[in-house]
Amino acid sequence: MNPLDTDISTVETAKALGLSSGEYAFICRKLERKPNFAELGIFSAMYSEHCSYKSSKPMLKRFPTTGRRVLQGPGENAGIVDIGDGWAVAFKMESHNHPSFIEPYQGAATGVGGILRDIFTMGARPIASMDALFFGGDSPKTRSLVKGVVKGIGDYGNSVGVPTVAGMTYFHPTYSQNCLVNAFSLGLIRSDQIYRGVAQGVGNLVVYVGAKTGRDGVHGATMASKEFCSEVEAERPTVQVGDPFTEKLLMEASLEVMRQGLVIGIQDMGAAGLTSSSFEMAHRAGTGLVVDLDKIPARELNMSGYELLLSESQERMLLVTDADRIEALRAVFEKWDLHAEVVGEVVQGSRVKMRKNAEWVVDLPIDLVVNPPLPERPKAAPSDQRQRWFMDRNRMLVAPVEAKFQVVLSDPSFGDPGPIVQQYDSMVGNRTEGGAVDDAAVIRVRDIENRSVRLVLSADCNPRVCWLSPREGGRRAVLEAATNLAMRGATPIGITDCLNFGSPENPEVMWQFDEAIEGICEACQALEIPVVSGNVSFYNDTDSKPIHPTPVVGMVGLIEDRDPLPESNFFDTGLEIALLGNVEGGLGGSVMAAQWFKRDCGQPDDTDIGAVTRMLRLFSRVRKVKVKYGVHDISEGGLVTALLEMVIHGRHDCTGVELTVPFGVDLDRFLFGETIPRVVLAFDSSDREEFERMANQAGVPFTLIGQVNDTDQFHVVQGKSTTLLSDMKKIRETYSQKWKSLIE
Amino acid sequence: MKAGIVTFPGSNCDDDAYYALTHLAGFQGERHWHKSTPDFSDCDLVILPGGFSYGDYLRCGAMAAVSPIMESVKAFAGKGGLVLGICNGFQILCEAGLLPGALARNSGLTFSCQDVVLKVESNQGPWTNELTAGQTLTIPIAHGDGRYVIPEAEVERMRSRGEILLTYQNNPNGSVGDIAGVCNAQKNVFGLMPHPERATDLRSRDGMKIWRSVVNFLEKRRRS
Repeated sequence: MNPLDTDISTVETAKALGLSSGEYAFICRKLERKPNFAELGIFSAMYSEHCSYKSSKPMLKRFPTTGRRVLQGPGENAGIVDIGDGWAVAFKMESHNHPSFIEPYQGAATGVGGILRDIFTMGARPIASMDALFFGGDSPKTRSLVKGVVKGIGDYGNSVGVPTVAGMTYFHPTYSQNCLVNAFSLGLIRSDQIYRGVAQGVGNLVVYVGAKTGRDGVHGATMASKEFCSEVEAERPTVQVGDPFTEKLLMEASLEVMRQGLVIGIQDMGAAGLTSSSFEMAHRAGTGLVVDLDKIPARELNMSGYELLLSESQERMLLVTDADRIEALRAVFEKWDLHAEVVGEVVQGSRVKMRKNAEWVVDLPIDLVVNPPLPERPKAAPSDQRQRWFMDRNRMLVAPVEAKFQVVLSDPSFGDPGPIVQQYDSMVGNRTEGGAVDDAAVIRVRDIENRSVRLVLSADCNPRVCWLSPREGGRRAVLEAATNLAMRGATPIGITDCLNFGSPENPEVMWQFDEAIEGICEACQALEIPVVSGNVSFYNDTDSKPIHPTPVVGMVGLIEDRDPLPESNFFDTGLEIALLGNVEGGLGGSVMAAQWFKRDCGQPDDTDIGAVTRMLRLFSRVRKVKVKYGVHDISEGGLVTALLEMVIHGRHDCTGVELTVPFGVDLDRFLFGETIPRVVLAFDSSDREEFERMANQAGVPFTLIGQVNDTDQFHVVQGKSTTLLSDMKKIRETYSQKWKSLIE
Repeated sequence: MKAGIVTFPGSNCDDDAYYALTHLAGFQGERHWHKSTPDFSDCDLVILPGGFSYGDYLRCGAMAAVSPIMESVKAFAGKGGLVLGICNGFQILCEAGLLPGALARNSGLTFSCQDVVLKVESNQGPWTNELTAGQTLTIPIAHGDGRYVIPEAEVERMRSRGEILLTYQNNPNGSVGDIAGVCNAQKNVFGLMPHPERATDLRSRDGMKIWRSVVNFLEKRRRS
């Protein structure tokens, strides 16, 4: 009997695998029969939110994705942007949230592995990684997550030899039952040697390379597309196990076969493994595929078709080549102790057929598999928006400034990243010029001869602002990253985004998603920055409570001059400090308000995009100044945390600050306001006039606010009174211990 | 001058070593795959670079130490050729018996990547002759298994013979005697955990002082 007619599925099994009864009915109607169990597995994985983007697709179309530098926009393994002289950069950010929560070490490690494969699959050599990590409040669970995730990222990236150069770590109770692990990677590629995931050319061979297929990670994509329940431990077998050594070999071998032109199309077997790679490659090329499942190299005996199709074993690739090149291709993989196995053939038509034990076990139209029906996803703004925005300023005004300063310091996200970033090799490749603890990392491209090219990378998101005003949150993620890049002297050339949200079945979440995208679009259009790749992670909630919307923006910028980089911190005592931008910032959505009222509250100011544009223009001119200066943006925690970081990470003798409050200014809004763009600039007094003149010319407010000293104290001078905010030694201690204690 | 750079499966600092030697230190670099058994006799220097050879599985450097190319490396070292092992290369040299001691898990148990300050203990021999004893260098480390271990008595013996070339000012990994880099009795084989190939032309340039020492030594040897 034909297996296509056995193992017939039922609506109950479909639902157990995550398909809705409507989707199942749709499949049966289109197929004109019921799918068998293996086919049902394929639909379950490919119709999952993780693979299909069925809830987000219509909205993602709004992103501006084109530009003169864009060589590859969204839809491929990674986006590619031209950097001149025949070179380009491929980059992408991706989430690995659910696996990391279930098994932090392997979850985070395989997250790094997956994003690296997305990059080298295009033919690019990865040269830098970043990560954006979001954890809950301090608890034994959080500690084990932080420890495991950091070690997982480090062990994998370090071993493959790709430096982790920057990132962000954020703590907030909203992530207590659902941490976020977003991994970014960037690779360097010749612009005329870009490879894509296409199964082109009827008669060509489908080749499997890399690690063997095991039973790990079966149905990972489906797991990542539903809410966690209390039996989260039971999901552990759905997490894949990573082997960075195999990844390194696979990377070198893949880059070598691509360099030698032995490949026609290539795709990583990521989420939904063999299933997604085969269907997607055929879909992109408009061809059909025949795959022989008996030829898939298996780690274990007697693996079923279902398991072979849905395993998410790591470090595997599917590629297409022709009969003339297969032997040369095989020789390269053998050199790296890897095996290349022909498992199928490109055929005419629009179906993927798979055979096991000489019988067809899968025979499906590609179009039906890659295009699930788009669900209705109603949107609704939260009904309690007014309450969220309410903030009793009077209760805050009466309190002494020292007390407010202390609550800002107590914010769990204000901590020294040192103990985390030291576990990452941030320098392998000898390209890292700055980064790790800075707002943005600077990577030189030493591969381009006779021209200086440096890349600046930054990852940003402010979840508190995103929850209170998702549109402003999206906008701010882009604008803050752009400001960070501009301060380093870079021009933004593209972004990738990782959109982490709750369940799309929750109308408020869909509203948040829609708003955040609108904000990102507004900012990208205004600054003319294309979105070239990205990832959506829904169902980040536990017990039906969504996480704060967390659209993380990874931005890449270019520095084409040879000038030295500005300092990020104080580099001399006696330096004057100026505030660029408005003297006051809004308290709505600030760390100060959240810590003072013990809840996220207030209405965040809408960022004046024009003010950001003027700030960017100012920095493109400041860059030409041949003097040393220090620059740091003001974001979470406000002016005070920016100054503290500039002291703590500054030269050893720059231990104190005397801050002068400008006349008539609201002290809270001056010290703790978070409206952007506001930037701290530190310089020698002899350069003051020039900086002031440039700021005036650019239309950016310039206010002198103080001086750097070696007193070990943080003073605030208001009129005739001087307040000692804190002893710097104590702050240093708090700052350096906060995160260290979490991972020890 | 010619430098042979060995690539093991999992080596990941081979490109960096090649860049430093060919673009900055004036060597002609030559890449060698670990399965080959080249005759290094026309090489002036052979480098075992950093990385995670064989994924650090079994024990760091243990499997690379028995790769086919190690026979060539041993023969070259036996004839007095200069062999340098950086980070994983140092671990391989110890595993292969070309250097004394072993490298164990960092005392802090975590991987550590940071700039460290090194003190030059001896400027005798090919590797540090451009420096003065007591001088400090800033060079990054990036390792999880860099704690040098050897019996205390050996440390004294090595010190007295000038085989300890570099020590850490603030010991980052618990190495005995703060040892960061050692050479053999003949001084032609040198292993160190810090990465001089990464301190060349960006944040610190102190690694160049080691490369210049090697060049200086080779030029003198050629003239004599």
